[in-house]
Amino acid sequence: MALLGRLLASLAPSLRRARLVSDQVHFIGNYSLAIISVSGLFVGFVLGLQGYYTLQRYGSEEALGVLVALSLVRELGPVITALLFAGRAGTALTAEIGLMKAGEQLAAMEMMAVDPVQRVLAPRFWGGVVAMPLLAAIFSAVGIVGGWIVGVPLIGLDGGGFWSQMQSGVDVFKDVGNGMVKSCAFGFTVTFVALLQGYACQPTPEGVARATTRTVVLASLAVLALDFVLTAMMFSV
Amino acid sequence: MQKSKNDVWVGLFVMLGAAAIVFLALRAGNLLTLSFAETYSVTARFDNIGSLKLRAPVKSAGVVVGRVGAIGFDGGNYQASVRLDLDQRFTFPKDSSAKILTSGLLGEQYIGIEPGAEEKLLAAGDKIGATQSAVVLENLISQFLFNKAAEGSGGTEGGPKK
Repeated sequence: MALLGRLLASLAPSLRRARLVSDQVHFIGNYSLAIISVSGLFVGFVLGLQGYYTLQRYGSEEALGVLVALSLVRELGPVITALLFAGRAGTALTAEIGLMKAGEQLAAMEMMAVDPVQRVLAPRFWGGVVAMPLLAAIFSAVGIVGGWIVGVPLIGLDGGGFWSQMQSGVDVFKDVGNGMVKSCAFGFTVTFVALLQGYACQPTPEGVARATTRTVVLASLAVLALDFVLTAMMFSV
Repeated sequence: MQKSKNDVWVGLFVMLGAAAIVFLALRAGNLLTLSFAETYSVTARFDNIGSLKLRAPVKSAGVVVGRVGAIGFDGGNYQASVRLDLDQRFTFPKDSSAKILTSGLLGEQYIGIEPGAEEKLLAAGDKIGATQSAVVLENLISQFLFNKAAEGSGGTEGGPKK
């Protein structure tokens, strides 16, 4: 908790060194792009197939577009992205900071009157918080295209119906906007858990290993629990 | 050199994310429900539109010829007024009629246009006179029950006469 306070306090000053932040966006965001877009594509494929299989029993295959879009934009996009993000970027952050600590680099910084929270943690936090909503949006967009590929060219649904039902069913603020809010919250949570685990780990090889594992477990559980709470708050009305 | 290369990639990544958001808002969402085909709009009044939705298809002979552009309530004669945006490529006689139909048993509702016989064509701003409302399941069931009840009472009346 104390770390959260220090981290938040040093967020604004760390922006003065924009170079560090943009390096972290590159490290966290660009390197996660491949896994995010490929998984988004396949999740979209599967949603298209499964959705078509179920909907065709009721003769409402046209609703495939809205099914794919709503499930991706509201739930799967932010959640799966956050889980992959925890595995792809969170572990890297924890291991990096844990090793810095084990190598006494953080202590050395403090000796030189450089605040490691501001110099090391805050730019990584920015990177995660900026990259996560963008990755979630890319995931959802690629997934919708994947659902379209399965639904329209492969199965042969009417493309106009696919898009028009999607457009009449998806609300920009209620669905897309809330999905964005979710992904921001997840980005915040996952990045913070990863940084905290790295910063508080035992400075030994086993300690770093354990911290990395805990990052994935805790971040995933936190994302799923938070998802439930946010969904209940957003869509309960 | 390495640094400036990174910046390009970060810029690309952010642009890609922004493009994805724009895609979600415009293509998947309802921020901009413009279609790129030229349309002309006519209105039709219905006693009951059932669960007809905005952007539902307008079909003639089963082919999509337009979309429902707006649905409003006309307080004057207690009817629903529906604006149909028809594709410019398709023209219909002025005395065409519009029906609200259902695709499949539980499917979505759409508007079917039955072409009339007149030589004049529907133009932008025209009204379709002859309309047929949506079938409301509750009304059908109550009608059915009412008929059954009438039949039943008719049967007992008819019985003694024989």
